[in-house]
Amino acid sequence: MATQTKFDTQDKHRFLLNMGPQHPATHGVLRVVLEMDGEYTMGIDPILGYGHRMQEKMGESKVWPGFYPNTGRMDYVGAMPFNHGYVALIERMAGVTVPERAEYIRVITSELNRISSHLLGIGAYVLDLGAFTPILYAFDDREDILDALEDITGSRLTYCYYRAGGVSKDIDDTFIRRTRAFIENFRTRIPMYNDLVTNNIIFIKRTKDVGIITADMARRYGATGPVLRGSGIAYDIRKSEPYSVYSQFDFDIPTGENGDSLDRYNVRIHEMEQSLRIIEQALDKLPDGPVYEKPKKVKLQPGDCSFSVETARGALTYYLVGDGSETPYKLKIRVPSFSNLSLLREMCEGMLIADLVSAMGSLDLVIPEIDR
Amino acid sequence: MSGYFSEIYTGGKSLLIGLGVTFRAFIKPVVTVQYPREKIDVSPNIRGHIELIKCNDIEAKHDCRVCGMCAKNCPCNCIVVEGEKQEGVKGKVLTVFTVDFTKCSLCGLCVETCSRSALRFSNEYELAGFTREEFHFDLIKRLEEK
Ligand code: SF4
Ligand code: SF4
Repeated sequence: MATQTKFDTQDKHRFLLNMGPQHPATHGVLRVVLEMDGEYTMGIDPILGYGHRMQEKMGESKVWPGFYPNTGRMDYVGAMPFNHGYVALIERMAGVTVPERAEYIRVITSELNRISSHLLGIGAYVLDLGAFTPILYAFDDREDILDALEDITGSRLTYCYYRAGGVSKDIDDTFIRRTRAFIENFRTRIPMYNDLVTNNIIFIKRTKDVGIITADMARRYGATGPVLRGSGIAYDIRKSEPYSVYSQFDFDIPTGENGDSLDRYNVRIHEMEQSLRIIEQALDKLPDGPVYEKPKKVKLQPGDCSFSVETARGALTYYLVGDGSETPYKLKIRVPSFSNLSLLREMCEGMLIADLVSAMGSLDLVIPEIDR
Repeated sequence: MSGYFSEIYTGGKSLLIGLGVTFRAFIKPVVTVQYPREKIDVSPNIRGHIELIKCNDIEAKHDCRVCGMCAKNCPCNCIVVEGEKQEGVKGKVLTVFTVDFTKCSLCGLCVETCSRSALRFSNEYELAGFTREEFHFDLIKRLEEK
């Protein structure tokens, strides 16, 4: 794929540098063409599409339940909220009611998934900065979540657990015990992360005042999630437009001040603490009852409908146009990482290449979600 | 100048604290599992490829009545179900039930739609092969071999 940007390579000091892609069989294939002046990046051109799988078209080519497995395969790190957005969209469109217990289970599993996603994001970010150890600690904790979720969903990563009208399987005492044990354990681990990473002088030097995104810039590009909140804007769909049963829980929206990479990292750490609070409250209030009421044959009425959820990376919107059949006429997915990536050029122009890696890592991009 | 030295001090301290974390992990018990020599028990609920459930302990019998709903509902078109009429038997008798695991996305729609609860996920997770055909499973044969 050729780059569209006109680079200034006439100047004999300028040269082009290719960042990525790795092999297409790996996840996350992003190619960024950099125009370098020595160690400074003067031009940046991200090239997308290596992982394009026509997800939207696939949604339009089969009956609506057929898209369930696809939802978990866009953001493979935080698949649960992607499941959630799609089933909630169908529920809104067809007026399907969801048992309360199922809504609680959705919140619990989504928040667990958010923590596991942030753990991976943080681990991989520090790995990008050259420290190998923290990702192993993060994976250690993440393993507890994956084990618990595996037991009820059957998968470790690409979940296909939610259904329009509930969830496919009830949670049991083992899951609740495991989740409570995880919460307790993880609370003691967060100070350890602070010792190991957050307060580390090298980490601070490499992230503080690097890749500053001002609130105005974040708004202009439609940044979402921790990237937006890192710039000081407390916008979270779970609060501003509460879906499911999020309005019943007490939690805060952590924000940053400067909008630099360190702030975005800190927002993620604090968000994990808030997720623990949500899970704890949800487990305490968990009502009894059925978890799945299979809806009668759902036809997608002519007309359109959209639904937004807050994924680990920000706002995700599904937009669907129905034509009276069971197959969506049009399905559009607005993913968070795409708008977050679009910040890259303005954020990183004129930066040292080492800082560019740091700033780009702090966006916590998941490429298959951008390419989808 | 004093800022310079205080930064050296706080920075050095932060590095030592970080090393302390590493050191504590160093003396903790080993958590790495030496797969494949050692194995962890997997959850019985994991989703392997689908299989027919044996409904009778003595012979290889299943409950499938060849309604074809699983094949129809599969979003990946990976199930093939065929049956035929046999004398003296009510309804159809299953003759072919294959699943192309290379295409399966483990969504669980087939297991959920089966009104006779004749399907379930197996716990097979150690699958590797050189050809695609190795993953085209014949579930009737599999049931008989069990
Ligand atoms: S849905 Fe069940 S009964 Fe019908 S063909 Fe499939 S396995 Fe057999
Ligand atoms: S799990 Fe899903 S994709 Fe796999 S065979 Fe069943 S219906 Fe098809």
